[in-house]
Amino acid sequence: MGLDIRWPIGLMFTLIGILLTGYGAVNAGVSRSLGININLIWGVVLLAFGAFMLLGALKNHKKN
Amino acid sequence: MQAIQLHFIDYTILIAYVAFVIGIGWSLSRYMKTSADFLTSARSIPTWVTGLAFISANLGALELVGMAASGAKYGIATAHFYWVGAIPAMIFLAVFMMPFYYGSKARSVPEYLNMRFDGRVRCLNSIAFAVMTIFASGISMNALAKLLNQLLGWNYDLALWICSGVVLLYVLKGGLTSAIYTEVLQFFMIVLGFAPVVYLGLKDVGGWHAMNHSLKTAAVENGFKDNAWSSAWQPLLGGPSQNPMGVDWFAMIFGLGFVLSFGYWCTNFLVVQRAMAAKNMGAARNTPIVASVPKMFFPFLVIVPGMIAVALTSMPEKDYRIPPPPIAAEKYSAAVTALKGADAANADAGAKAVAAALGTDVNEKAVAAMIINAHAGNLTDDQIKNGIYNAVSAKDYDGVILSLVKKYCPAGLLGLALTALLASFMSGMAGNVTAFNTVWTYDLYQAYLVKNKSDNHYFWAGKITTVLGILLSIAAAYFASMYNNAMDIIQLVFGFVNAPLFATFLLGMFWRRTTATGAFLGLFGGIASSAVFHALTLAKGNLPGVKGGYLHVLQTFPSDMAQNFWLASFAFTVCFVLTLVISLATARTKSDDELKGLVYSLTPKIKDEQSVWYHRPAVTGIILLIVCLILNWYFW
Repeated sequence: MGLDIRWPIGLMFTLIGILLTGYGAVNAGVSRSLGININLIWGVVLLAFGAFMLLGALKNHKKN
Repeated sequence: MQAIQLHFIDYTILIAYVAFVIGIGWSLSRYMKTSADFLTSARSIPTWVTGLAFISANLGALELVGMAASGAKYGIATAHFYWVGAIPAMIFLAVFMMPFYYGSKARSVPEYLNMRFDGRVRCLNSIAFAVMTIFASGISMNALAKLLNQLLGWNYDLALWICSGVVLLYVLKGGLTSAIYTEVLQFFMIVLGFAPVVYLGLKDVGGWHAMNHSLKTAAVENGFKDNAWSSAWQPLLGGPSQNPMGVDWFAMIFGLGFVLSFGYWCTNFLVVQRAMAAKNMGAARNTPIVASVPKMFFPFLVIVPGMIAVALTSMPEKDYRIPPPPIAAEKYSAAVTALKGADAANADAGAKAVAAALGTDVNEKAVAAMIINAHAGNLTDDQIKNGIYNAVSAKDYDGVILSLVKKYCPAGLLGLALTALLASFMSGMAGNVTAFNTVWTYDLYQAYLVKNKSDNHYFWAGKITTVLGILLSIAAAYFASMYNNAMDIIQLVFGFVNAPLFATFLLGMFWRRTTATGAFLGLFGGIASSAVFHALTLAKGNLPGVKGGYLHVLQTFPSDMAQNFWLASFAFTVCFVLTLVISLATARTKSDDELKGLVYSLTPKIKDEQSVWYHRPAVTGIILLIVCLILNWYFW
């Protein structure tokens, strides 16, 4: 209906991905997460997911 | 529960989420022109969106919290709620029932009942449903406000009104479509927010097999065979005394797997509404199919945390316990003082005094040992407080998922997980309010109160009902917060109403001879019989009252769950038999022609042969059932 849902989902997860990746890169506080910099790793995953969604929305937009 | 410290990054993630959901509502508002747009999304949503919304509307925060709690209490057998208690019903809905819901062009489930039977059945169903959605919404918001209060120290009233306000903003602007879009957003938040927690938890306990090994120890310690937590079926087949749930296989398969499961997934408008919003018949039928794929694998996301928690408790070096119920900070201080002041020579009496100061039972031997230790000057205040925390006997299983989040998430991921939890609570309110809205506006307001007005009138009625629905939900939240038993009573009433429902639909959709009078009296009788069954039975260990047995205890069940499943089986059977008998005794009010498209035998079968195999619900349905069977077999 009008708004392709992939835009807000893509944008939000890209934003959160950037936030977490940045925070993880600067702040390697890994004591709780078993020594793994989970913010950095998961931030990149979220970024990839957000980008994937945005790509889908873009392709759909171009088609129309 | 001890409070959590949030950092700037956590708040940023939270605010980003709130901004996005309100933004979604705002962007959608320009497409809201008719009542159909606002209340039913005017059949415009693609399959993958309706599919994820379908599953998400059901996956509230209470389920997240509850499934982790059940995972801790019952182990992998909790997956029965998914593999037995959901997948078969969802596939049945897709293949057999969606053609009627969608093809009849009914705008709601009660409206379908009106077309198939008459106004009485519609009225009974819509009133019951309207009341249930408001209470479900209120329970969700109450749980959220309490959580924010206990965890972050926010004021309960402020938290309740502000969160309700956010939901109001996006639902008022974008209607059902807003709710659906945010439900899909919530789905991804939950999966992406909790997957890392499960990963870290599994890594911490040493992997899946190590976890199962620890669970074997825990099972034996609790008096069961060693596979009680790690096997889904064997403990069940051993009978109620052999499994922590206390149920037998018949109650599980018929009570949960058939009656409750089909009763919910095939008739509850909250989920069916999402399928009805699909853009065409094919999309509508495929919605539950798409939804069942994540549903099948959710146990690994929501149940495994509970199992991890139990495994952790059997590893003393991890310093973890199933959290105690929330106790005020002042009581802990009083208990610490009591412990320090206790006489080391009379440590046992001292332990009792500590318990009294705390207001709850403790492991007295551990406390006595601490008293002696403290007297020797070996413990700091903090160590004493920690020790008392660890010694509290009561376990609050509902606190498990949060305790794992606190344990493993650094700032950043913490914000994501908490926002995911918050998202699902708010989504619980949004989903219920939009379902309430449609049923109220079309099935009660338009049908009985103010008829034959322009569509614009009902469009505005829908908007006003949104505000009304939110306000009523807030009232229900206060009600739930004031009475300890409120949750139990509300769940009870849900059970009474849901149990007989599927019998009515089954007979209505598959037997043309079912009459309106039969359906009405059958449904009414089914609800009444639930109440009677409840009044005459009790689960072991409960006192007569809200839990049942207040008239007379004719039958005792090994557990609450067993009582629940048998109640459902009983009510279903009563409704089925009554509907059948009374239908045969009364005249039909609708001819075969009028029932075309509403009854299976009178509706032309949908021809799927030309479509590609993965678009055909019958084919994908069978494949999914086989996968489900494989999962059941693997965790046998």
